[in-house]
Amino acid sequence: MSRTHKPKLAVWKFASCDGCQLSLLDCEDELLAFAEVIQIANFPEASRAVIQGKYDISLVEGSITTSHDAERIHKIRRQSKILITIGACATSGGIQALRNFTDVSRYTSIVYANPSYISTLNKSTPIRDHVYVDFELHGCPINKYQLIEVCSALLHGRAPITPSHSVCMECKRKGNVCVMVAHQTPCLGPVTHAGCDALCPSYNRGCFGCYGPKETPQTSSLAKKWKEIGATNDDIVRAFRGFYSYAEPFRKESEAYEEE
Amino acid sequence: METKNQKQRILPAGEFNVFLKALHEAGYETIGPTLQDRAIVYDKISSTSDLPVGWSDEQSAGFYRVYRTESPLLFDYNVGPHSWKKYLHLPNLLLWKAKTNGGGFSFIEDDKSVGKQAFLGVRACEVAAIRKQDKIFLESEFIDSAYKKRRENTFIIAVNCTKAGANCFCTSMNTGPYAHSGFDLALTEIIDGNRHFFFVEIGSATAEIVMNKMPELELASRHDSTLVQNNMREVSYAMGKSIETTDIQRLFYDNYDSNIWEEIANRCMNCANCTMVCPTCFCTTVEDVTNLTGTEAERWRRWDSCFTMDFSYIHGGSVRPSGSNRFRHWITHKFATWHDQFDESGCVGCGRCITWCPVGIDVTKEIKSLQKSKATV
Repeated sequence: MSRTHKPKLAVWKFASCDGCQLSLLDCEDELLAFAEVIQIANFPEASRAVIQGKYDISLVEGSITTSHDAERIHKIRRQSKILITIGACATSGGIQALRNFTDVSRYTSIVYANPSYISTLNKSTPIRDHVYVDFELHGCPINKYQLIEVCSALLHGRAPITPSHSVCMECKRKGNVCVMVAHQTPCLGPVTHAGCDALCPSYNRGCFGCYGPKETPQTSSLAKKWKEIGATNDDIVRAFRGFYSYAEPFRKESEAYEEE
Repeated sequence: METKNQKQRILPAGEFNVFLKALHEAGYETIGPTLQDRAIVYDKISSTSDLPVGWSDEQSAGFYRVYRTESPLLFDYNVGPHSWKKYLHLPNLLLWKAKTNGGGFSFIEDDKSVGKQAFLGVRACEVAAIRKQDKIFLESEFIDSAYKKRRENTFIIAVNCTKAGANCFCTSMNTGPYAHSGFDLALTEIIDGNRHFFFVEIGSATAEIVMNKMPELELASRHDSTLVQNNMREVSYAMGKSIETTDIQRLFYDNYDSNIWEEIANRCMNCANCTMVCPTCFCTTVEDVTNLTGTEAERWRRWDSCFTMDFSYIHGGSVRPSGSNRFRHWITHKFATWHDQFDESGCVGCGRCITWCPVGIDVTKEIKSLQKSKATV
């Protein structure tokens, strides 16, 4: 990226909880350095002062759940040189993609007093299903250090280091004892994308799969092992139907156990 | 009268703290087995109370459990998830750091000095694993300075196994259960009637310096030596697993296209746990990071694994895109091409890859399947 001017950054929100864009504000110590090299031009969560586009970098949080949003994302793409999706919602449809496994009216009729006011799509879909995405940063929420890493890599013209191998490698490099082998705790680590520095297993919890499927995930082998250590079909469906329920490998695995 | 070997001595178990103190006085930080998170892992040791006395372990494919025993033994267990490579070939290592200055940049020296470390409880298979990594990092054309710095400051106290684990096959790989060389001191823990002692073998001049820091130990008798020999024989017979290593290289080269690899790939999650726990796996990746302002850069080296896509990524994609490719590559290197590369096997038979594979893939079983499939061709 040319360094003759400060790149302009915009942060956009779709169906999401705001946790990922908050990760940018969470940077605290690094925030001043961030503002020094990047012009935070459009970030309503941080400031009402909005500088009009075009933008060099757009960070997009959230999934597409309404026809209005399905239009809006195209406008954002047109204003953005580089579009980066941040978090499980934007990269896979998020927790709200649970609707994709049923009829959305089943949810709206329970949640809202007057469901007739709700205008929503039947499916929650990732940004990539609608526009070209330059880079996807995983996590629910994303890791703020990875966000800084992606931005500094972009600024300095190098590849970001966000490896897509298993969480297990993070565990082993830290010296964690495997919770599945030593405690028989069901863990999604072997099929989950690294990035959290093995947060849950470091506290003797099984991985919840917050970073979605890793590269070439072998989910069926893991699910079989889960059953051996006492998980029920329901447990397996629920585990794969979390933050990344609509990511294909997780979706297929949950469907396999739902059908049984 | 029997002539006694000056290099074989007796350390009463009750005096073990005196020995640990001697190590400390000789300037070593001692690292040894400790009980943490329901497993026996390597960490700092300052007295015998840090050792998992009264604990043992049970292992099978994809399974590990520690349990309480009534035994007074200090080393009544087999190898756990950690290996000594985490102290010699660090999982994360800062290679260098640089800073911009004016028009150029300058390196910031990493002056982190390496202290003297004593590894307590190095099993025979682990001594062999360290020797294999020595060969890679110290005895080839290119010397790994980071490894060398740590290795030169390491004092190895081998502990011969007094029981065999269910996933152990060191006898097949000719690495154990008895450490014949490659240590500074070797201990064999013996209970003989009401005597509980360590049969000590002195293996280096450095060890003499440590021994001089404590009251002189009595010389071992022929009876003591016999007890050690008997123990080794029993442990060898009790070995949990075995593999037939005759023609093992051919076995892999002839079965490159075997259907077995696809079948294994249905189970293998390519999660890389086997390579991370393997005491000989040495592959790393190098990462360059910059700060946001571009004024500082760091180069890190981290443990990598041939089970990742990035490992073999070149222009156009990964050389080994499928799980079957990657498993075949790993096991073939370990048992066959390692011979071509380093004139020996890459496996020491510690069984860690079997225990710590979350789905319990057992290399000894897979090798037997290959041998069987070959026999029927």
